[in-house]
Amino acid sequence: MNGAHDLGGMDGFGPVDPDPDQPVFHAEWERRVFAMTVASGFLGRWNIDMSRHARERMDPVEYLSTSYYEHWLHGLETLLVEQGLITSDELAARKAKLSAEAR
Amino acid sequence: MPGDDHLHNHDHSDVPSDLALRVKALESLLVEKGLVDPEALNVLIDTYETKVGPRNGAKVVARAWSDPAYKARLLSKGGKAIAELGFTGRQGEDMIVVENTDTTHNMVVCTLCSCYPWPVLGLPPVWYKAAPYRSRAVRDPRGVLADFGVTLPDSVEVRVWDSTAELRYLVLPQRPPGTDGMSENELAALVTRDSMIGTGLAKTPSTKGST
Repeated sequence: MNGAHDLGGMDGFGPVDPDPDQPVFHAEWERRVFAMTVASGFLGRWNIDMSRHARERMDPVEYLSTSYYEHWLHGLETLLVEQGLITSDELAARKAKLSAEAR
Repeated sequence: MPGDDHLHNHDHSDVPSDLALRVKALESLLVEKGLVDPEALNVLIDTYETKVGPRNGAKVVARAWSDPAYKARLLSKGGKAIAELGFTGRQGEDMIVVENTDTTHNMVVCTLCSCYPWPVLGLPPVWYKAAPYRSRAVRDPRGVLADFGVTLPDSVEVRVWDSTAELRYLVLPQRPPGTDGMSENELAALVTRDSMIGTGLAKTPSTKGST
């Protein structure tokens, strides 16, 4: 399936920034998303192709305007919800709860 | 394109905290449901942030430069030869090693996402996962090489390999001149990450100290 992820040959994205000092992770949340994605893979409920497809189904404008680990987060949430392991309502409620606690 | 306004004018100042919250919410649910173990997450992070990285690949390259029989095995069955040095695992189930020569320069990309040989290179650098490299590597590889400060003679053919989830590539860079008699450890120190992606060359002994 093509889509916004299918970038090969597209013009207009500008030069590559080969900055050798960029860290592997830029924030703690990126570390957690990476690890949760790998760990959840061991649940055996999806394979790598399903995992990629879950990211590639992102809204194309959102895909191009969000960072790499946001793609992973979107993909992981999508898979977990589609597999019935969590619900969107649970996620929203937990986020609201944590947000209230943080105030 | 339609996303332009969003891409350039979006105020990102409020994004990290909202994202951090969304990620915390997800983790707390997964832990509560017993789907992930927070300690296992810490181990995964530590492994891929500090333990598995391009030093693994550098050892493979240094061995290939030093041992012709190993090099032959590496080029015919990459994954198997890499496993001889103990480097195996996720995102490296099937690896092909492509050799740079006087007439051929190889470069690796994943246009669709970020497939990369984790066991030998660790997690990919930011530019490897970003749109400029993914879009242009297959269309203007010499232009991309120039972004990395690499210029090759026109007589050298540039081959670009587009990775897939099933098959990942490692470039075997050319052994630099002036390295006769060096030990594998000394050779490995000349092998940069980018030289194994094909966006750089191995260091020559005189430039060893530079980055």
